[in-house]
Amino acid sequence: MILAALPYWESTIIRVVLVLAAVLLPAGTFVYVFLFKMMSFMQSRLGPMEAGPYGSLQLLAEVGKSLQKEDIFPERADRTLFALAPYIVVGSVLLVYVVIPFGPDAWFANLDTGIFYALAVSSLSVIGILVAGWASANKYSLMGGLRAAGQLIAYELPMVLAVVGVVIQAGSLNLIQIVNSQANGSIFGFGALGNPFILTQFVAFGLFLMAAQAELSQAPFDMPVAESELVSGYMTEYSGMRFLLFFIGEFASAGAFAALAATLFLGGWWLPGLDLNANYMNVIGPIVVLTKMMLVAFLIFWFRFTYPRFREDQLQTLAWKYLIPISLANIMVTAVLKVVF
Amino acid sequence: MSDFLQAYLTVAVFGGTAGLLIAGVLGLGRLIRPSRPNPDKLTTYESGVDPVGSGFSQSQVRYYIFALLFVLFDVEAVFIFPWAVGLETYSYFGLVEMGIFVFILVLGLVYAWRKGVLRWV
Repeated sequence: MILAALPYWESTIIRVVLVLAAVLLPAGTFVYVFLFKMMSFMQSRLGPMEAGPYGSLQLLAEVGKSLQKEDIFPERADRTLFALAPYIVVGSVLLVYVVIPFGPDAWFANLDTGIFYALAVSSLSVIGILVAGWASANKYSLMGGLRAAGQLIAYELPMVLAVVGVVIQAGSLNLIQIVNSQANGSIFGFGALGNPFILTQFVAFGLFLMAAQAELSQAPFDMPVAESELVSGYMTEYSGMRFLLFFIGEFASAGAFAALAATLFLGGWWLPGLDLNANYMNVIGPIVVLTKMMLVAFLIFWFRFTYPRFREDQLQTLAWKYLIPISLANIMVTAVLKVVF
Repeated sequence: MSDFLQAYLTVAVFGGTAGLLIAGVLGLGRLIRPSRPNPDKLTTYESGVDPVGSGFSQSQVRYYIFALLFVLFDVEAVFIFPWAVGLETYSYFGLVEMGIFVFILVLGLVYAWRKGVLRWV
């Protein structure tokens, strides 16, 4: 592969450019396809129609608008922390993408701790959110930040424990090897379709999706930004470009979780019938991954536009009394089946 | 440099890229956006009325017990991952060991549940 043959720094520069595309392209597509259009159609309206054909350039127009907005630091805010928060939130999203493989050679960094690293880095964003909520010196923001922290604490566990089921089956934390073992796997000897882990780990997939929904603060878990109670939660005092950074960060992390789900459960860049390690997979692979990401994101946003918001106590009850016991049971059942068969 | 360290160097480079990207976007905005602050604009937003007290107020952290439980279970997750990777080698021995480990943890969760701390106060 050409990329691997280059010296380290040259290939890293190319990878940096590619990762920006890999983060911003899905995020922009999600905003347009799901937030602007799918939500509008579900509510019997057209959504944005003016900027570009069918409003497809609406997001660019929003960026242009936000760039021109005055940058307001509230008088009482903690200026340093207030400015720092968007860096932490967006930075953590970008770092998740580092481990996601898009093809046999089309990866950014091949970490052996792959999925463990991804889960660790993705939960960094809660620090940024807490910092934003505190630094704003606003009661709405503080409430939003604290709610976000409580929510992420509760749903971190089902997510991590759901992933353990996949790790047991694959026997590796490395995402490239997880994709490999899905392609080469078989279910009780039937191996024509490989073994995309959604077939054997469907419980874990459900848990992962629910936890991702909560980690992303998407409705029905959107209490941290509940408009009707907290204005805009931890983002209340942010204006212009800084607000847009939080907004893009939210959709980019939806993309990150969708990509993780696609890699862990749907077979990553691999499709049945295609040669996993062939050179052409470096071109087809990214398209396959993006398609699978869109499928997962469709589910996430479908739930978002369908269900009403939970209460805060229902949120904790769901996590602690249902999801965590189920995920522990899933781990034990998977382990028993793995050892016995 | 070993491949192992090089992979993490890539991670560091990407982290730096994220910082530069945001700084670049905000810097670009600085060139074209206006800056006309006035006292009204800079007050804390509290639904249009003058803010009461400080925004850095004390508030009840209702999930204090949940946070303690979280630390417990998160450490547990750290122990489960290496076991999950090596399950093929550990075979029945590992299975029984982890069964005992998870059983004790579930016992703790049931205790907390019966104690009534898994309630939103």
